[in-house]
Amino acid sequence: MTNDEKQSVSHQAGAPPTPAPLPLAGEGKTERGSPRAFWRRGEPQVWVTSAALTIMLFLIILLLWVVLWNGLGVFWPARVAEVTLKDGKKLLGERIRGQINPDTDVKSIQFKTGNRDLDPHQQDFHWVEDGEIRSIEFPPEVYVLERTENGNFYGFLRRLEGPDLEPSETPVAEDKVRFALKTVRRKSAEEIAPISEELRDLGRRLQNARRRIRRLEHRGDDERLAELRTGADDITRKSDELVGWQRRLLNELRRNVVVTSDAGGREKAIALLDVVRFYKPNEMGFWAKCRYYLLRLGELFWENPRESNTEGGLFPAIFGTVMLIFLMAAACFPLGVLAGVYLGEYAKDGPLVRAVRIAVNNLAGIPSIVYGIFGLGFFVYGIGGLIDAWFFPESAAAGEPVFGTGGILWASITLGILTVPVVIVSTEEALRAIPRGVREGSLALGATKFQTLVRVLVPMASPGMMTGFILAMARAAGEVAPLMITGVVKLAPQLPLDGEFPFFHLDRKFMHLGFHIYDVGFQSPNVEASKPMVYVTTLLLLSIVLAMSSAAIVLRNRMRKRFLARTI
Amino acid sequence: MITMLEKPKKIALPRTRPDLTPAAETPEPVVETRDLHLFYGACEALLGISMKFYRNQVTALIGPSGCGKSTLLRCLNRMNDLIDDVRVTGSILLDGREVNDPSLDVIELRRRVGMVFQRAVPFPKSIYENVAYGLRIAGVGNRRTLDEAVEKSLRRAALWDEVKDRLNESALGFSGGQHQRLCIARAIAVDPEVILMDEPCSALDPRSTTRIEDLIVELRRRYTIIIVTHNMQQAARVSDYTGFLYEGALIEFGPTKELFTAPKKKETEDYITGRFG
Ligand SMILES: Nc1ncnc2c1ncn2[C@@H]1O[C@H](COP(=O)(O)OP(=O)(O)O)[C@@H](O)[C@H]1O
Ligand SMILES: [Mg+2]
Repeated sequence: MTNDEKQSVSHQAGAPPTPAPLPLAGEGKTERGSPRAFWRRGEPQVWVTSAALTIMLFLIILLLWVVLWNGLGVFWPARVAEVTLKDGKKLLGERIRGQINPDTDVKSIQFKTGNRDLDPHQQDFHWVEDGEIRSIEFPPEVYVLERTENGNFYGFLRRLEGPDLEPSETPVAEDKVRFALKTVRRKSAEEIAPISEELRDLGRRLQNARRRIRRLEHRGDDERLAELRTGADDITRKSDELVGWQRRLLNELRRNVVVTSDAGGREKAIALLDVVRFYKPNEMGFWAKCRYYLLRLGELFWENPRESNTEGGLFPAIFGTVMLIFLMAAACFPLGVLAGVYLGEYAKDGPLVRAVRIAVNNLAGIPSIVYGIFGLGFFVYGIGGLIDAWFFPESAAAGEPVFGTGGILWASITLGILTVPVVIVSTEEALRAIPRGVREGSLALGATKFQTLVRVLVPMASPGMMTGFILAMARAAGEVAPLMITGVVKLAPQLPLDGEFPFFHLDRKFMHLGFHIYDVGFQSPNVEASKPMVYVTTLLLLSIVLAMSSAAIVLRNRMRKRFLARTI
Repeated sequence: MITMLEKPKKIALPRTRPDLTPAAETPEPVVETRDLHLFYGACEALLGISMKFYRNQVTALIGPSGCGKSTLLRCLNRMNDLIDDVRVTGSILLDGREVNDPSLDVIELRRRVGMVFQRAVPFPKSIYENVAYGLRIAGVGNRRTLDEAVEKSLRRAALWDEVKDRLNESALGFSGGQHQRLCIARAIAVDPEVILMDEPCSALDPRSTTRIEDLIVELRRRYTIIIVTHNMQQAARVSDYTGFLYEGALIEFGPTKELFTAPKKKETEDYITGRFG
């Protein structure tokens, strides 16, 4: 409270006007308690700002926690419960969660019961009301069989049957099933894998032949055409034969089955070829679970997805994501740095440059889908169409455009133009933050502007450029919308980089973790079954972005140390 | 003549410096300005300066802040070219050659007229590369030549003993005084005739200042030095000639002793006795 105010207060109280006394020690204390002084000291402002930070942190931590909690637990084998209902029915499954119906106040529990193929409604998740349950047990001899189709099977092993297997006792011992599994897999590798290999080769040849035929048709060279056509027909015939043979072999192998029984005792024969792995979750110890967890992680990283992406690995999506980021970087970093250098060093400050700068800063506000549409129109149809018209006219005419359709090249360039403003701005700012003395020092030694730039300024600005790069990378890794119309697919048959000449196939479609999340989470018919995969994919995408930015940050810090240490 | 034929566009400056003539009784001017005017846009910062800078002498420029000392200095190696909207009239002669000639090779000029700034900012490179920088950009790649030049320059800048074992360490890790001497070494390395120093000690502590002053006195034997300073004692200590600038005009110019002991103009007297500025 100021002295003036004090005086006015004492006037109102009717007391004689006295000169304002100097604040005494005791008075200071009472003042501190008054709300106005409290306000003026700024404590509420501190609280407001800190509350804002707390809310933000809370939300971010909550998000991370949800992802981590759900994502990390997915591969940990859960115990399988045998639920006996009051009406005598039994079911086997993993407890997923409980829920109380707000209307009826009845508690229900959701079980993942698997055995989709045995369920009349093809469901592998079931809700059971608490009241219906008589007992829940965890029988040690329950097995989980992960299958290539129809999801998990929960049940008991009965016996082995099949032409390549010795007949077994009932119930069969686990070792024998493992041995049988190995036998069947070896047979498959010996007999079927070479055929698949040959078929792939034939497919490639056929594709080449077709391309050549189309080219000749385009030119109208009839003589060679006839020759090529018979060649192509030969290939087709041969591969049809092979396919038939392969199918026969497969059917034969499929007759090797493990007969199982479900909770109700119903028997079910499962082809060993369809079994990915099986285990006894209720008997597994901690280390066995750890082993299983690592196994599943390995599968996640290195295998292809199964069952419309809800099971199996994510290898093609990881590969696509990382490659996309690298291509994006290759597209946007040089462009951004050069543009930033021009803006920062060469452009004379005028209304035009200022307008460009404002535009660059605000480009970030354009919705990314707009970039996608631009990419589709300009790169895919425009440039891609031109490339096709010049180099692959026959493919384009046959309705099989090469570059005139979405692909990893166009997707990464589209992401590149989406992220390039960040690189431009940070390059320019980094250049502008360099002390004037450095620039003048170099010029005063007779360096040209360009020499100064290359030898001194760019190294000094490189940490700043890296910052822009890191931001760009993080932004690009998380974008899905523009990819969806420029070449991402839910299942790509081939990687955009492989051992086949010319190794980089930038026209190919690709898979991407971000799109995978969207596709599995929102486009899959079996929502419950795909949920774990969504969390795992999210976690994986986060980790990849984190790993790549950490690497970049380490690099940047090293540059900082080297180029920007203490200057007076 | 041969250089003229090779580079018809650029007029090379003749290199006529006789080696290490002792300070002559009647010294010859290396740099001479004649009626030099400089405009920053519409604002005239130099109002017709005519003065001479003598060979192997230290000339100090003194005057209150904003009087145009730095501006004048930067004219001499055309550093003002870097600033937009600067117009210069009048003439500057370096060994009789017009510096303001637009066809003059500015790069060559700056090699012959080196500069040391108030804030010594080394390049983010090693000590060695800092000193070798000027030579490298001039296209010298021979390791022996570079080694010799680096050692010679560092010795002349009185820095050799301190850094000879750390030549490959980043220059950024040294002290401010060392930075300034490094910048002097860097300027010396390209073997200039004239060294311009714009308040080289104003960011340094007294000890480093003394070292730099000693160095300037030492360097005078080889180079023509023009130093801008705020510090009158410094001007008196290190310079042979002093020019006093005030509001863009050269008020008085003469041998340092005379100017400090018997100034001819009232403004000069006021300034050096600390009555203003
Ligand atoms: N880049 C510039 N643009 C416009 N005016 C300038 C610029 N640099 C210096 N000036 C002006 O020119 C005058 C002389 O400046 P300067 O030579 O730096 O003075 P000093 O070095 O003597 O302190 C000052 O009035 C200053 O405001
Ligand atoms: Mg100045």
